Amino acid sequence: MKDNPYKIAAYCHIKQQRISLNGDIILENSEIDFPSFIKSVYKHFDTDYPKFFKMDNLSKLAFMAAEIIMRPEKKGLENNQNIALVFSNRASSLDTDRKHEASIKDPNAYYPSPAIFVYTLPNICMGEISIRHQLNSENSFFIFDDFNAHYLSEYTNCLLQDVKAEKVLCGWVELDENTFEAFLYMVAKNGPIAHNVEAINRLYKKSWEI
Amino acid sequence: MGDLKQELKEKIIEQLNLEDISVDDIADAEPLFGEGLGLDSIDALELIVMLDKDYGIKLADPKEGKKIFESIDTMANYIAEHKTK
Repeated sequence: MKDNPYKIAAYCHIKQQRISLNGDIILENSEIDFPSFIKSVYKHFDTDYPKFFKMDNLSKLAFMAAEIIMRPEKKGLENNQNIALVFSNRASSLDTDRKHEASIKDPNAYYPSPAIFVYTLPNICMGEISIRHQLNSENSFFIFDDFNAHYLSEYTNCLLQDVKAEKVLCGWVELDENTFEAFLYMVAKNGPIAHNVEAINRLYKKSWEI
Repeated sequence: MGDLKQELKEKIIEQLNLEDISVDDIADAEPLFGEGLGLDSIDALELIVMLDKDYGIKLADPKEGKKIFESIDTMANYIAEHKTK
């Protein structure tokens, strides 16, 4: 079998008030509720981007995971890189969908919020990341029952082989109220870890155990 | 009118999620869009909903919002004149 030529250059995991980058815990936090937690993460990493506070919670989670994993990229490289985004989760945008539903369920108090409604799709979080990093690249968001390393790996390889992208930021961003998890990894031509299903699952599982 | 302007500033900060901006940071005559608070088109829609929900004012033509939402002064004047609740 021919070896997969692509590598995992970096990976980041946000779960249970902990953030790890390339396997090392870089932030632990005692904030229990997600809005407080992610706000403290935003401030910890000196993120100067006021639009962050207008995002829904899924977008905030994906945005900060991408921010952490792409910080080294931003230092050494120009913007407008051809980095595709391939994300997935189980709950889609359910957390925000519920908020939208609450604003329209009473016919006598029918006041849907435009600012909430625009986030009632999971792929909007990739749009926020694309705006932040000036990416005009391919992006796809898949809904799975569970983290699906095989599908993500195959899809990523296709994008790279067909030269649709130079790098692919992929993974899992799941959020429902105060239960959340982001696992993102960057696939590129160079990196310390082989890009295959076994390695992806190992990193994901390892991150679970932090 | 002063109370209404204060109320509007508090509502705008809360409903538009303007982090790190206080009531004192918003001048009555300051433009809310563009170089002022930097509000965007979604914020404009949110303000239209706020007029309806909190003051019973339905804008028949969203384009009216451009004049009404110029500043806290223009918003307060319009609300004082047209509010139904």
